[in-house]
Amino acid sequence: MLRFILGRLAVLIPTFVGVSIIAFSFIRLLPGDPVMLMSGERVMSPERHAELMHQLGLDRPLYIQYFDYLGGLVTGDFGSSIVTKRPVLVDFMQLFPATLELSLCAIILAICLGIPAGVLAAVKRGSWLDQTVMGAALVGYSMPIFWWGLLLIIFFSGYLGWTPVSGRISLMYFFPPVTGFMLIDSLLSGQAGAFKSALTYLILPTIVLATIPLAVIARQTRSAMLEVLGEDYVRTARSKGLSPFRIVGIHALRNAMIPVITTIGLQVGVLLAGAILTETIFSWPGIGKWMVDSVFKRDYAVVQGGLMLIAGIIMLVNLVVDLTYGLVNPRIRH
Amino acid sequence: MTAIESKPAEAVVKAKATTHPSALSEFWFYFSRNKGAVIGLVIFLVILVVAVFAPFVAPHSPSQQNRELLLLPPAFQQGGNWSFVLGTDAVGRDILSRLIYGARFSLFIGLVVVTLSVISGVLIGLVAGYFRGKVDTVIMRVMDIILAFPSLLLALVLVAVLGPGLLNAMIAISLVNQPHFVRLTRASVMTERTKEYVIGSQVAGAGTLRLMFKTILPNCLAPLIVQATLAFSAAILDAAALGFLGMGAQPPTPEWGTMLAEAREFIQRAWWVVTFPGLAILITVLAINLMGDGLRDALDPKLKRS
Amino acid sequence: MSLLEIKNLTVEFETSSGLFRAVDGVSLSCDKGEILSIVGESGSGKSVSMLAVMGLLPWTAKITADRMAFDGKDLLKMSPRQRRKIIGKDIAMIFQEPMSSLNPCFTVGYQLGETLRFHMGLGRAARRQRSIELLRLVGIPAPEDRLSNYPHQMSGGMSQRVMIAMALACNPKLLIADEPTTALDVTIQAQILDLLVRLQKEHGMALVLITHDMGVVAETAERVQVQYAGQKVEEQPVKELFRDPHHPYTAALLSSLPERATVGGRLPSIPGVVPGQHDRPTGCLFSPRCTFATDLCRRSVTLQPPSLGSALCNYPLVGGVPQNHPGKTAALAEERA
Repeated sequence: MLRFILGRLAVLIPTFVGVSIIAFSFIRLLPGDPVMLMSGERVMSPERHAELMHQLGLDRPLYIQYFDYLGGLVTGDFGSSIVTKRPVLVDFMQLFPATLELSLCAIILAICLGIPAGVLAAVKRGSWLDQTVMGAALVGYSMPIFWWGLLLIIFFSGYLGWTPVSGRISLMYFFPPVTGFMLIDSLLSGQAGAFKSALTYLILPTIVLATIPLAVIARQTRSAMLEVLGEDYVRTARSKGLSPFRIVGIHALRNAMIPVITTIGLQVGVLLAGAILTETIFSWPGIGKWMVDSVFKRDYAVVQGGLMLIAGIIMLVNLVVDLTYGLVNPRIRH
Repeated sequence: MTAIESKPAEAVVKAKATTHPSALSEFWFYFSRNKGAVIGLVIFLVILVVAVFAPFVAPHSPSQQNRELLLLPPAFQQGGNWSFVLGTDAVGRDILSRLIYGARFSLFIGLVVVTLSVISGVLIGLVAGYFRGKVDTVIMRVMDIILAFPSLLLALVLVAVLGPGLLNAMIAISLVNQPHFVRLTRASVMTERTKEYVIGSQVAGAGTLRLMFKTILPNCLAPLIVQATLAFSAAILDAAALGFLGMGAQPPTPEWGTMLAEAREFIQRAWWVVTFPGLAILITVLAINLMGDGLRDALDPKLKRS
Repeated sequence: MSLLEIKNLTVEFETSSGLFRAVDGVSLSCDKGEILSIVGESGSGKSVSMLAVMGLLPWTAKITADRMAFDGKDLLKMSPRQRRKIIGKDIAMIFQEPMSSLNPCFTVGYQLGETLRFHMGLGRAARRQRSIELLRLVGIPAPEDRLSNYPHQMSGGMSQRVMIAMALACNPKLLIADEPTTALDVTIQAQILDLLVRLQKEHGMALVLITHDMGVVAETAERVQVQYAGQKVEEQPVKELFRDPHHPYTAALLSSLPERATVGGRLPSIPGVVPGQHDRPTGCLFSPRCTFATDLCRRSVTLQPPSLGSALCNYPLVGGVPQNHPGKTAALAEERA
């Protein structure tokens, strides 16, 4: 097991270096003068330019600049915003819980609905239930989620007036963040109605963000289940006289989960890409909206740092998924 | 019962009578068994025809602004007008005409992106899978790096680097799509590479290029075609998303995602300006994905038997 | 009264190109403590009829029978829940592919214990004790260590022993072994067969052994039933069957045994293959491959009395000579004489 983990880490390091090279060269690839881009100043004298160039370290050889950058990354220095001058990492840590809360809720929703739906579709293969579930999954899989979000807003916020349009919680409530998770913080605050308010703000973005992972998980679960249900060991389980629930829910599902877990792991990238759109639609103050805003504000230092941090998170999650995979599949564990 | 039994018997007789069913007719036999796939194909063809003949099909010019008819509701709603079936947008342009012209952009984007990413992805994957060793390791690491970013974020940043616009959006989407083709090609090349027929051809003196392109590649095509269909729909979605974020096609281009972005502020007042462009994206993507599922069933020999 | 009694069992599968009849009017009975062998080529429907008894066929299968009873209880009229009380407890089955028949995600101990908990209601400690006992019974060394093993850590022979241990867990009255040795090495084959016969004798259970291997039949069975293309074509006690087969198919199977070949001669084989869904002949199903087939055989076939092995043949063999055959009876009898 330890060797398995070390092997995974060994692959991760070159990827991390590569990602850092891309993030590093991103600023240098931008059309225009990097000094002007990084300082955010439009007009400057040649002296000021030289001074800034030196200050930003842009006058040194490229490889030294890169190693400086890498050194910064290792010590937690991801640069500072051109606009607000605040360190990127500080902003990121402040905004990330909002994205994490939304993504976790979405993936939990997707797993809790997607796996049972896929299992049911596989067990009732060919029935109207199967066709309905798979039809819905295909629609979900083809959904432009930015439009889906707008539709939900039109219906639930505009027409029914049930849910708010943007933000994380009603302005009526204010409390200092403890965990950064609004659902937990609102409970901790003890203010009446705060939790309910946070929930109503969370529900639409969660549905929107969960749509594609839900569809993918349902489809993958169904095909994995169909394959597993035809295996000899399922026949053995049936020959023991076990209940259908036990055969499907334990013997088959446990095996079908092996490919499904890989799929769930791959959804992390999909979730973060989806978060960019979802957060933009619902003005959710997370890293997706932060990145889009920074691109528009030409705050390239933030884009650079954010790219690095987001890629880092994805790599970390992939590692965790690989390890879970090992836990589920005894053939890897031993 | 007898009627049902006699039908397959006839089919069998027919199959025996015609000597060799061509690969195409066999493919169509499996593809047409999937009703969804056929529906998807029909919808896709309709969209294709509409896009090609947009100037003849569209009732109005996509850029003609009718100042006196702003935010006109669809014809079937009260206050609608049958000459503007799906209503007008905030500057009085006919939504239906804009959607029809928009189909051109979406299909064009899909086509360009798939062409670019398939050609580059297959070439790189072929090299990696055929030569293995260090070349393979380097290529796969680079692909891992690209895949370490969420595709839309990477595309967004690339467009920021290259400058907003349709062409740059297509280049960016091709780049983030291409690793999937590299991985897929490499995997199938690696399984084919060691098979007897390749070794046989090698022993017979076939050169490297011939082995790569004439011997191995045609046998890896099935999964690539399926993936290309999926990439086609993904490209349309991604381009629309970039347009929605303001980084794709720029207004007043009637690109569906860009239309949605323009319509966002009228979301509470005029549901139709938001609903129809998104519906157009959904239907197009759904049709292509339905076709993709049918292609997979028809081309995947593992599933054929069941 | 026989333990397992099947009368006129038919199993049909719904396929994309119509109904496929895998088992066609098969009757079968097996007494307590008896070893019955069902022999036939692949595709002869021998596994399917036993899977029908176990209720393990997929939902596409249509099962009809005049009677299908176990221990006097009608399996056809039982609810699935009642049936599951018998399956795995009183009737157990082992399969051809031991490696893929064990669930790769669970330990041997878990898979053994599951049956014990479900049918016997044993507690954790009792389950463990009984599991060790069972593994020892099937000849697995160091059974305590094996309990925590996963299937991929064991060899094929070892897996089949575990499968047998699992099948024996609740002391079944009937064990169905579906080609239990086909996927194993030759040396292991003999060990597993010996084990099965020994356990059958010790526990006094009935054993239905499905095989395509006449050698296996000769070594183990007491009574043999020969199946061809979903039909029972002959049934005899093993000694009589080997001495005087009544159906030409049985005779052909026996003469293709290497042990019976003449030294230096070519090993006889049966030309052609078992008919499938689309090339099913009318009349006798074996007629396209039979050397004695006449026009009558292509139209209809008669069932012979038990004295002639219940052979499904118009011209049953006696001493290798077809009876009442228009052309060959006299000629062959003369040749033999």
